[in-house]
Amino acid sequence: MARFLVRRLLSAALTLFAVSVLSFLMFFALPRDPVSGMCPKNCNPERLERVRQELGLRDPLVSQYAGYMKGIVTGRDLGSAQGGRCDAPCLGWSYVSNEAVSDTIARVLPVTLSIVIPAAILWLLLGVGLGMVSALRRGTWLDRAAIGFSLTGASLQLYFVGAVLLIVFVYNLRLLPVPNYTSFFDDPLRWASGLVLAWVALAFLFSAIYARLSRAQMLETLSEDFVRTARAKGLAKPKVYGRHALRAAITPVVTIAGLDVGGALGGTVITETTFGLNGMGRTAVDAVRSGDLPTIMATVLIAAVFVVLANVVVDLLYAAIDPRVRLG
Amino acid sequence: MDGPEAARSDDRPDLPAQRAAADPYLRVDDLRVRFDTPDGVVRAVDGVSFAVARGRTLGIVGESGSGKSVTSLAVLGLHDARRATITGEISVGGRQLVGLPDEEVRRLRGRDMAMIFQDPLSALHPYYTVGRQIAEAYRVHHPRAGKREARSRAVDMLGRVGIPQPARRFDQYPHEFSGGMRQRAMIAMALVNDPDLLIADEPTTALDVTVQAQILDLLADLQEEFHSAIILITHDLGVVAQVADEVLVMYGGRAVEHGSVEQVLRSPQHPYTWGLLSSVPSLHGDADTDLVPIPGSPPSLINLPAGCAFHPRCRYAGRNGDRSRTEVPVLAPAGRPGHLVACHLSAEDRDRLYREDVAQVGVAR
Repeated sequence: MARFLVRRLLSAALTLFAVSVLSFLMFFALPRDPVSGMCPKNCNPERLERVRQELGLRDPLVSQYAGYMKGIVTGRDLGSAQGGRCDAPCLGWSYVSNEAVSDTIARVLPVTLSIVIPAAILWLLLGVGLGMVSALRRGTWLDRAAIGFSLTGASLQLYFVGAVLLIVFVYNLRLLPVPNYTSFFDDPLRWASGLVLAWVALAFLFSAIYARLSRAQMLETLSEDFVRTARAKGLAKPKVYGRHALRAAITPVVTIAGLDVGGALGGTVITETTFGLNGMGRTAVDAVRSGDLPTIMATVLIAAVFVVLANVVVDLLYAAIDPRVRLG
Repeated sequence: MDGPEAARSDDRPDLPAQRAAADPYLRVDDLRVRFDTPDGVVRAVDGVSFAVARGRTLGIVGESGSGKSVTSLAVLGLHDARRATITGEISVGGRQLVGLPDEEVRRLRGRDMAMIFQDPLSALHPYYTVGRQIAEAYRVHHPRAGKREARSRAVDMLGRVGIPQPARRFDQYPHEFSGGMRQRAMIAMALVNDPDLLIADEPTTALDVTVQAQILDLLADLQEEFHSAIILITHDLGVVAQVADEVLVMYGGRAVEHGSVEQVLRSPQHPYTWGLLSSVPSLHGDADTDLVPIPGSPPSLINLPAGCAFHPRCRYAGRNGDRSRTEVPVLAPAGRPGHLVACHLSAEDRDRLYREDVAQVGVAR
């Protein structure tokens, strides 16, 4: 098990290294001159040259990359034009927002985390629960209702569901405040009431896929021989379904959940935009729009870290669920 | 045990008499199982009766789709009540199971009657240790037993079925067992609650031949020790000859021949049984002449051939005019006490045809 863990972590580190190199090269591959974004007005050649020097753009590529990576690990000095000393994890300086990128991230990342994690818990419970129920009650009205629900969810768009929720709960019924972000540690109640619509909207759309997937998986597992064995032993239904069938049916759900959660943590642009919340997704989109390269780089890197981490977690969960994986 | 057909009048000739006297633990009477499917009604079992006493072994023989597995699953109450319609009587230890609430059947399942399945790799849960699965089977029916007690019981059972180092093997997963060991573990799990009835559904089909014999020996030894009634479902007449006391031959969901192993294997009466015997390879003969397959394929259980279900594949179907095509033959005494056959051929014809056409060939010789 320890060897398994070490191997997975090593391959995760390798993946992250590749992603960081690729996204770093983006600076140089993009048609836009990185300097132009940082010197919007009255740029004369001397000034441009000075900025280039300051940014280290005259240095060889490898040392630029090493400098950036060193900044993430230990922090580095960026020079007076970029706010001077930049503490670890230093992700550079944004001329667009005039602050250290890490400060921007520290502000917007909690928003995305607060949207995605509760929503993911909600959509997993709802999706897998619905899938289980409709598999066990196959052909009944409950099954049909669950399928209808998931079809609806799968075919709707978030901005539509979000808008409907906003109109009903915020503007008509006035049950909830206009969505906003309050830190969980300041006021958990305001944190929840400001975000609950985003959770519900995300969970409704995502749970559709999970309901269908876990229904199909459950139906397949229920026809497995070992489920028949469990029944032949005289186990009661809750144990047959919960302990024997569900555990075998859940693995593909874990895979998809890992990918979805990992991806969503990198930013949920549409959700954030629909509900007017300032998270990673919107920050990334704004950065792309304004050519704010250090921020783009940071959001891409962080999104990659989440996806890779989610995959490691999925692998570990796999090994925990299926003993045969641990050998591999 | 082959007692005379004593007090039984012939109102139910389909129950061989020798077992009626032995107060059978399991009695199945006129069992019918049908499934409603979009393609039509599948009559998987159509009026089958048999009985098994403690300490005795009944072999149920037939091709795939003959209804043998469906019969055994019906005895354990493992059919989905929403899809299967079961009528008739299934009496286990004096309790009538058909129509009993599922919860009550569940309590008997695994305790009074247990089952061994064909492919132990897929029948054991891949994610739980073998020992845990056996201990679980024990604890369902011994709710007051602690973890330690269940464990020691499971280790004990693993040892009893001949698994070396049972305490270490307890914590291994099914994929760490060999095929034969897995089937032994499966048997340990079935026997952990000391059931009075054990149903083995093709227990050796997935195993190689040398292991097959070991498993059959083990079953016989354990039967002596636990004194349970065993139903052995198989398509292998060799297996039946080795361990069964009686044989029930099924075709198209119906019983076509029933009697002691001696009777059915030495003087088979039904052309289908002849066909089964002729298709067993023998070590001595020439495969080209000795191995005679039954022509055609098993019938559809949705559209069973009218009359005798076997008639489209039977060489002798024309001998009684249209009878084979129009009239379903009933299981009737076939000469010796306890031997029953469902065939329109006269007893003399059957004797003669068997001697002339079958007895010279392959293993029948």
